[in-house]
Amino acid sequence: MLRFIFTRLSLIVPTFLGIVFLAFILIHLVPGDPVEVRMGERGIAPARHAELLHEMGLDRPLYVQFADYVGNVLHGNLGISLITHRPVLSEFFDLFPATLELSICAVLFAIILGLPAGMLAGAKRNSPFDHMVMGVTVGGYSLPIFVWGLVLILTFSLDLGWTPVSGRISLEYDFDRVTGFMTIDALLSDQEGAFASALSHLILPTIALGTIPLAVIARMTRSSMLEVLGEDYIRTARAKGLGTFRIVAIHALRNAMIPVVTVIGLQVGTLMGGAILTETIFSWPGVGKWLVESINRRDYPALQGGVLLIACLVMTVNLLVDLLYGVLNPRIRRR
Amino acid sequence: MTEQALPTIDALPNQPISPLREVWISMRANAGAMFGLIFILFIIFCAVFADLIAPHSPIEQFRDHFLQPPVWQEGGSWQFIFGTDDLGRDLLSRLIYGARLSLIIGSIVVTLSLALGIAFGLISGFFRGIPDIGIMRFMDILLSVPSLLLAIVVVAILGPGLPNAMIAIAITYVPNYARLTRASVLTELSKDYVTASRVAGAGTLRLMLSTVLPNCVGPLVVQATLSFGSAIIDAAALGFLGLGARAPTPEWGTMLADALKFLEAAPWVVVIPCTGIFLTVLAFNLMGDGLRDALDPKLKH
Repeated sequence: MLRFIFTRLSLIVPTFLGIVFLAFILIHLVPGDPVEVRMGERGIAPARHAELLHEMGLDRPLYVQFADYVGNVLHGNLGISLITHRPVLSEFFDLFPATLELSICAVLFAIILGLPAGMLAGAKRNSPFDHMVMGVTVGGYSLPIFVWGLVLILTFSLDLGWTPVSGRISLEYDFDRVTGFMTIDALLSDQEGAFASALSHLILPTIALGTIPLAVIARMTRSSMLEVLGEDYIRTARAKGLGTFRIVAIHALRNAMIPVVTVIGLQVGTLMGGAILTETIFSWPGVGKWLVESINRRDYPALQGGVLLIACLVMTVNLLVDLLYGVLNPRIRRR
Repeated sequence: MTEQALPTIDALPNQPISPLREVWISMRANAGAMFGLIFILFIIFCAVFADLIAPHSPIEQFRDHFLQPPVWQEGGSWQFIFGTDDLGRDLLSRLIYGARLSLIIGSIVVTLSLALGIAFGLISGFFRGIPDIGIMRFMDILLSVPSLLLAIVVVAILGPGLPNAMIAIAITYVPNYARLTRASVLTELSKDYVTASRVAGAGTLRLMLSTVLPNCVGPLVVQATLSFGSAIIDAAALGFLGLGARAPTPEWGTMLADALKFLEAAPWVVVIPCTGIFLTVLAFNLMGDGLRDALDPKLKH
């Protein structure tokens, strides 16, 4: 087991370097003059241009620049935003809690509804419940986030007036951001109604962002359950006279969970991508919205830093999933 | 299991039914899959004969008919069955030409990513060692960047537009196919029939392509059908963010982005492309579901 963990950990180094290279090359491939791209202004005088080129080290060979960039990244120096003139790193981490809060809620929403639904549908194949789950999930999977988000806003915010349209909390509440999670901060603030306000702002984005993972998790759990239930050892368990619940929940679930855990892990990437659309539609002040704005404002250092940080985050989660995979399936460890 | 459709009499008993026929029999019993198939055939028909069946050109602007409601609403007319948009363009025609675009987008993205993914997955699963590590690390790097973000980055580099958006989306799908192929290959390789084939003297290429790959096809076909739908969604998402197809191309996501400002005044301009995307993607997903049930031998016996 230790060897397995060590192997996986050592494999993360080249992946990390690859991601850094991807981010490094991004700013070189972006159309436009490198100095102008980085300064965010046009028509710099030739003399000043050469001076800046030298100052920024852009006249050095690429591999030197790359080594330099890796060093900067390892020191947490991801460049300066062209628009706000603040370090990209602190810009990112100011906004990240909002995205994290939304993503955690979406994943919880997806797991809490998707896992039992998939299990039941798999255990009771071809029952009306199974058909319903399959119908609803295929619908959820086919619904683009931007379409679904608009439908939710139209129905629950504009027509019924149940939930707010955008933002994280009503403007009337003001308190210290201790954790950056609006719901927890609202609870800590002891202001009446603050928590309810934060929660009501969270509901629609959570549903919009969590629906696709929900459908994927439910379908994966169901098909994985079906596969496992066809195995010999399940027949043996049945022949021993064990009850259906015990067979499904204890014998089958453990093996059925292996592909499901992988799928949940892979959803983190989907979530971060979905956050871009969800945050844009609901004006949620997170990193997804910030990235779209960075592209539109040609703030390439911000885009570069944001891509790098999100990729590192997903990489870390993938590593954890890999390790968990090894815990759940001992056969993987031995290979 | 027991409720599986029985083969018809004429296919019994001495000649085994062909695998394709078997798939068809199973598909026919699945209402959702049949709906998907029929709808896809309908879309293909619309896409192929768009020039003949579309009542107007998708980019012609009728200046007397801005934001005209569809025919079933007050103020609608049979001239523009689904109404017109803010520039007076016929929405039905734009929808039909949009179907053609969506099919092209799906086909190109899936073919590109499937070919690359299978190649990477097979090499990785068979040779293990250095090729495996190299390929899977590269896939991990691609997987670490959320697909929409990666697509956005590629588009930022190549410049906006539909061809670049398709390349960008295809790149983001390769790791999934590669991982899926590799995982199936690893499972299959440990089975007795592969060992038997190896003992019988089959070479690596033969093992790869004719022994193992056919047994990995099931999940790949299902995934391919499902990513056809995702490709349409992703292209629409890029269009929605203003990074995909450019106006006046009748791409559904771009149509949606243009229509947002009329959400309350003229909801049909939003609802019609939404419905187009949803139904098309739903059809591919339903067919993917049906194919999975038909192709998974484990569920059959």
